[in-house]
Amino acid sequence: MTEEIIIAGFGGQGVLSMGKILAYSGVMQNKEVSWMPSYGPEMRGGTANVTVIISDERISSPILNSYDTAIILNQQSMDKFEKTVKPGGLLIYDPNGLTRLPARKDINIYSIEAADEAGKRGLAKIFNMIVLGGFLKLKPLVAPEFIHKGLEKSLPARHHVLIPENEKAIELGKELLKPVNVLN
Amino acid sequence: MGELRLMKGNEAVAEAAIRAGCDGYFGYPITPQSEVMEYLMAEKPFERTGMVVLQAESEVAAINMLYGGAGTGKMVMTSSSSPGVSLMQEGISYMAGAELPAVIVNIVRGGPGLGTIQPSQADYFQAVKGGGHGDYKMLVLAPASVQEMCDHVKLGFEKAYQYRTPVMILSDGAIGQMMEKVVLFDHVPRRTDEEIVAQCPWASNGRPKTRNHNIITSLDLDPAGQERVNLKLQAKYKLMEKNEVLYEEIQCEDADYLLVAFGLSARICQKAVDLARAKGIKVGLFRPITLFPFPAIEVSNVGNRVKGILVVEMNAGQMIEDVKLSVGCKVKIEHFGRFGGIIPSPDEVVSALEQKIIGG
Repeated sequence: MTEEIIIAGFGGQGVLSMGKILAYSGVMQNKEVSWMPSYGPEMRGGTANVTVIISDERISSPILNSYDTAIILNQQSMDKFEKTVKPGGLLIYDPNGLTRLPARKDINIYSIEAADEAGKRGLAKIFNMIVLGGFLKLKPLVAPEFIHKGLEKSLPARHHVLIPENEKAIELGKELLKPVNVLN
Repeated sequence: MGELRLMKGNEAVAEAAIRAGCDGYFGYPITPQSEVMEYLMAEKPFERTGMVVLQAESEVAAINMLYGGAGTGKMVMTSSSSPGVSLMQEGISYMAGAELPAVIVNIVRGGPGLGTIQPSQADYFQAVKGGGHGDYKMLVLAPASVQEMCDHVKLGFEKAYQYRTPVMILSDGAIGQMMEKVVLFDHVPRRTDEEIVAQCPWASNGRPKTRNHNIITSLDLDPAGQERVNLKLQAKYKLMEKNEVLYEEIQCEDADYLLVAFGLSARICQKAVDLARAKGIKVGLFRPITLFPFPAIEVSNVGNRVKGILVVEMNAGQMIEDVKLSVGCKVKIEHFGRFGGIIPSPDEVVSALEQKIIGG
């Protein structure tokens, strides 16, 4: 099993930390992982993205130009990454702020209204965990107990009191997921 | 098994220095390697192991602090990125001349000049052919994973003391910034003063009545004396060439074509090997791990069995010169590179192989 994922959105949306929690959870489940961020001008405001690879085998290139899954959280990222999903692959997006929705018919597409729901519930800081929940519902690569361990390892100790809230957000994400285009 | 962590390459370098028993880190911030010092400052090894962590006023100051520390036998390290490593070249040449052990990490970014902060491999010549003046070499390690970023620090210190030489770890911004799983080696305690005296009888760290002064210098105004220094250095480099070559062969046994690449490019080429083999093209990958000493005999052995070789580097063609010198002219050898911070994709490598080698 190898899953090649791109997570892309605005800097500050928690794109990199979502990737890190996913990657650390993979490590705790004894998978091979790589986490390759965009760094530099993008992360100083503007778009941010991270390539996460989780595999049972040694990972070759940490940098890719096509992906099994794209998790897309703004319009610039949709324009850049919709076309990079492999045929038959998966695209998850948050429609908040998007002006052009994905149109491909050869991939599975799901939407998740995470920003809207996080705003309503005052959970803006764990918006990214809602999105992660949506992804894990479709691709349960890592078991919940290892996600828990991944959160423990990724978050500084002073934030460990927030782990249950993060886990609730993941569960909420699983409920919010809506199919847009599903292949047979 | 050692402690398992998910770490950035830069963080792994820093943690490995603490665990290897390093006595002092001296550096100056520059993207994309600033996490090395940030990690050390956050970890505060000065409170645990007594390791000094100091932000120097410049790269020139940092490399000269290394000279001073190494001259007393202390285990010292610095890290920087391309423009900063250029500033250090004078000091590196002096350290090679004075035979001082140290580990110098270059997290390469695109150049020339200030260039860009994105990854590159354009400092190969500078690292391998002597960026400073005079006939000197450093042992140069080229990690291709975060695990190797960690392991090469320990290995680098071992070889630095074994040969009394500066060792360079030549990495790049992508490996410095990416996170992977790392198994950390166990802590090695810092050496005591007595252990340093025993390990480094040449060091200038206080003269007992039983011996004369130790002098750390790279200056000898008598040409005959300076030639003797050079002959000694060259003998040392020959010994490294004989004993310290490291490399990896991936799917080379049945290969019709060969990719040669180091560091991040080798990771990209590994994926390119899989893509090409899925198309029915039998490709192998040869990865030099030591860039000096270069695995000349080993790449020649594999290279002379194949129909063509593509050297893939994130530069305009540097290591290809060593590949050509090693393999000779019977086999077609071409270069594929992207520059200035652009990372080639695995598909681009396969296309270049098809166009330049198979169809060319």
